[in-house]
Amino acid sequence: MIETWYKLVDVLLPFDWGHYIFMKNALLAIVIITPIYAVLGTMVVSNRMAFFTDVLGHSALAGIGIGVLCGIHDPTWPMILMAVFLAILVNIFKGLTRTSTDTVLGVFLAFMVALGITILSRQGGFVKYTKYLIGDILAVTPAEINWLAVIFFFVLVYWCIAGNALILTSVNSSLARSRRIKVFLLETTFTILLAVIVMLSIRLVGVLIINSLLVLPAAASRNFARDTRAYTFWAVVFSLVSGITGLIASYYWGTASGATIVLFSAGCYVISVLAGRLTTKLVNTNV
Amino acid sequence: MLSQNDQPNATLEPSCRHCCIKIQDLTVCLSGHTILDGINLHVHCGEVVAIVGPNGAGKSTLLRAILGEVPYQGTMSSLMGGVERRRPRIGYVPQKLHFEIDSPVSVADLVVAAVSQRPVWWGISTKSFEKVKRILSVFAADDLITRRIGELSGGELQRVLLAIAMTAKPELLLLDEPGSGVDAKGLGLFYQLVRDLRKQHDISVILVTHDLSGISEYVDRLVLLNHAIVAEGNPKDVLSNEKLIQIFGPGLWNISSLPTISNERSL
Repeated sequence: MIETWYKLVDVLLPFDWGHYIFMKNALLAIVIITPIYAVLGTMVVSNRMAFFTDVLGHSALAGIGIGVLCGIHDPTWPMILMAVFLAILVNIFKGLTRTSTDTVLGVFLAFMVALGITILSRQGGFVKYTKYLIGDILAVTPAEINWLAVIFFFVLVYWCIAGNALILTSVNSSLARSRRIKVFLLETTFTILLAVIVMLSIRLVGVLIINSLLVLPAAASRNFARDTRAYTFWAVVFSLVSGITGLIASYYWGTASGATIVLFSAGCYVISVLAGRLTTKLVNTNV
Repeated sequence: MLSQNDQPNATLEPSCRHCCIKIQDLTVCLSGHTILDGINLHVHCGEVVAIVGPNGAGKSTLLRAILGEVPYQGTMSSLMGGVERRRPRIGYVPQKLHFEIDSPVSVADLVVAAVSQRPVWWGISTKSFEKVKRILSVFAADDLITRRIGELSGGELQRVLLAIAMTAKPELLLLDEPGSGVDAKGLGLFYQLVRDLRKQHDISVILVTHDLSGISEYVDRLVLLNHAIVAEGNPKDVLSNEKLIQIFGPGLWNISSLPTISNERSL
């Protein structure tokens, strides 16, 4: 499978950067994962969960730390377990305390980051782990790409089944319940899905910027989308375009790919603000 | 008719003897506090009942109990054509929706998301679009179909929500504070629609509100709730009842000035 992709890139993209296997791998990873970010991001933004996903991303540090303590070499599973645990814990805490969700999340963020740094910095060893802060998509392996593809299809199926229910639940959970939607199950599966995807992305794009990749494409799309289809479509377009151009730019500039991609996403956002203003003006003059 | 205890059986028999919604001995205790105490409510088909009461009287708890969102003691059932079912089919019109003003959800998206399995994000087919338009046209809302929900007025959004609630073919229509955020003209239109609907479809309607202004001409029965049912009956009777006026003052229209439960015991 992956060989076909390599040949395809050789034929279609005969550029300097296209000669390198790591660039071909990274490009494929980006084509698979950025649409996932975009689609999940639309619901993250609609449900005002941007801070929550940020906390999820940062909890990776605690996950890696606990993995190290337990002597587990590959931190992927500890990270995923930590994030899923956190997602459930935050939901329970929301019900228990009368404090605002913002404050609860802030407490979790501080705790998770502090726990991770404390464990990982024993004997001055934190430098070893800085790779998790900024990530390295160029190091993605074909095996990891296979996993991303599996997740991609899983998200697609989930979105076909639960997309409508998520929209209804986000506007009013009682209304959703009156339509026989299992709100708790829906919200839990959605946060677990988010947790898994964020954690699988930590090695690729890093703790510091994973959240921007989720939030920016949807935020940009919102500036002018007038229905759900356009919202999803433009988020995917923004996500793909900034992902691919960011990767190529990072090759020529010699910069970290994740951060460069986010810069392009931010560029898309600025353009969308201007485009949104323009469309509103046009609509108003027509009316 | 002032106190429920005076004439306990006044409203127990359904007028058509075939259909009604029965709520019996509904009691809700949350963290040690009795929020609702032995509520008995029978709503006949085609009847509009308004539940009014001050803030904190347990109105929204009653609503959530009927929706099955809070645990309760007692029973709730629907009687349809002589057949009794444990839970009535409910159409719920919420007080408000939670969305940002720039939310990219169109009216068509919202309706399709509620009534159909076909994923909205993939786009709405011409066929579904026409179907949604037909659904909305009954509620004078078909020209809103391409608008974003953030662009609707309170009254317009309410008609869309009513349209969605009616697609559930409800036995019981539940309206949560229909007056909030809606101007008088919009509210009049809304109540007129509700009155038409309950006749055509034989549905029972329960509306919960703390705002009495203008509802007496649209509702058949008024239930005064303050943790228990304080009084119920014909709106004019309840509102003009001398004892009530004596106790609550002539400013009964401002229902939020109702006394606490301890005062009512002296009724």
